[in-house]
Amino acid sequence: MSAASYTYAVARPFDPTRAAGLVGVDGAAIHLVRHQDLVAVVSPLAPADADETALRARLETLAELEAIARTHHRVVAAVAACTPTLPFRLATVHRSDDRVAQLLRREYRRFRETLDRLAGSVEVGVKIYVQHADASAGAMSVAERPRGSGSARVGRDYLRYRREQRDRRQHAWRRATAAAEQMDAVLAGLAIDRRQHRTQSAELFAAPGENVFNAAYLVDAGHAEELAARARRLGAENPHVTIEVTGPWPPYSFTGSEHGERT
Amino acid sequence: MSPAALPAREIALVDLLDRLLAGGIVLTGDITLAIADIDMVQISLRALITSLGRTTRPGVAERDA
Repeated sequence: MSAASYTYAVARPFDPTRAAGLVGVDGAAIHLVRHQDLVAVVSPLAPADADETALRARLETLAELEAIARTHHRVVAAVAACTPTLPFRLATVHRSDDRVAQLLRREYRRFRETLDRLAGSVEVGVKIYVQHADASAGAMSVAERPRGSGSARVGRDYLRYRREQRDRRQHAWRRATAAAEQMDAVLAGLAIDRRQHRTQSAELFAAPGENVFNAAYLVDAGHAEELAARARRLGAENPHVTIEVTGPWPPYSFTGSEHGERT
Repeated sequence: MSPAALPAREIALVDLLDRLLAGGIVLTGDITLAIADIDMVQISLRALITSLGRTTRPGVAERDA
């Protein structure tokens, strides 16, 4: 069989029965590729998907992207629940298990060092949103609409209204950014490490406002709830922002030093 | 880790992709097909996010506010 190997993570060896029944991309069973005291968690990918163009095409399809992303995460989370684990980026594919073994040999030291650094740690995601009361930019509300005057007056009032609306938004955004920086300083003090992600474009999904801050904090697994609770409390204390906490996640955002440039 | 430490709920796909695309070990070398750079799936993301947002689109019910 010339199936390719989809790699989910590299990890410390663990009891393989704990991965029994774990299903990977396209329903294929998970197996382990071993090198010394490291294992790679792998599932075979149908030969048809084993080339870059085919896989890229799949990832451009929303339903496929979601299915692969959720499967990837499910496998990583299951392994991370029983042993120190370094997640791989989505859609890391090798031509064969032999190539995975080569990778383990080649990157052995780096993987071991990173596993040592991250063992016992999880990441907690914190997003901060600013609320725009006048999110429906455009039409004036009935109450604000000027009545019984000429069209010049209406035009002038409308422009003034739009200007005020814009100023209010800018003010709210600046205030929220400042609040986010303060909260970040507190949360970073509780964490081993932090990474800032790009903010998510709020108009595009059902978010509680505009995302002004998006970060991941690395903490000991035992302190994840403490950091999350602190973040929620900070959010509750500040009427100008909304906080969303996610996780705990396997330490996706902390696997390499190159992420420092990503902020 | 303890998966139950925070309330378990369906993970939003945007949050998942935030991690899976921006995070994880990135490999270089000829044996890797590291496909999913954020920009490459931007189109999918946009489609996803718009379709998610549609159910609770702001602005429609606010006329009488």
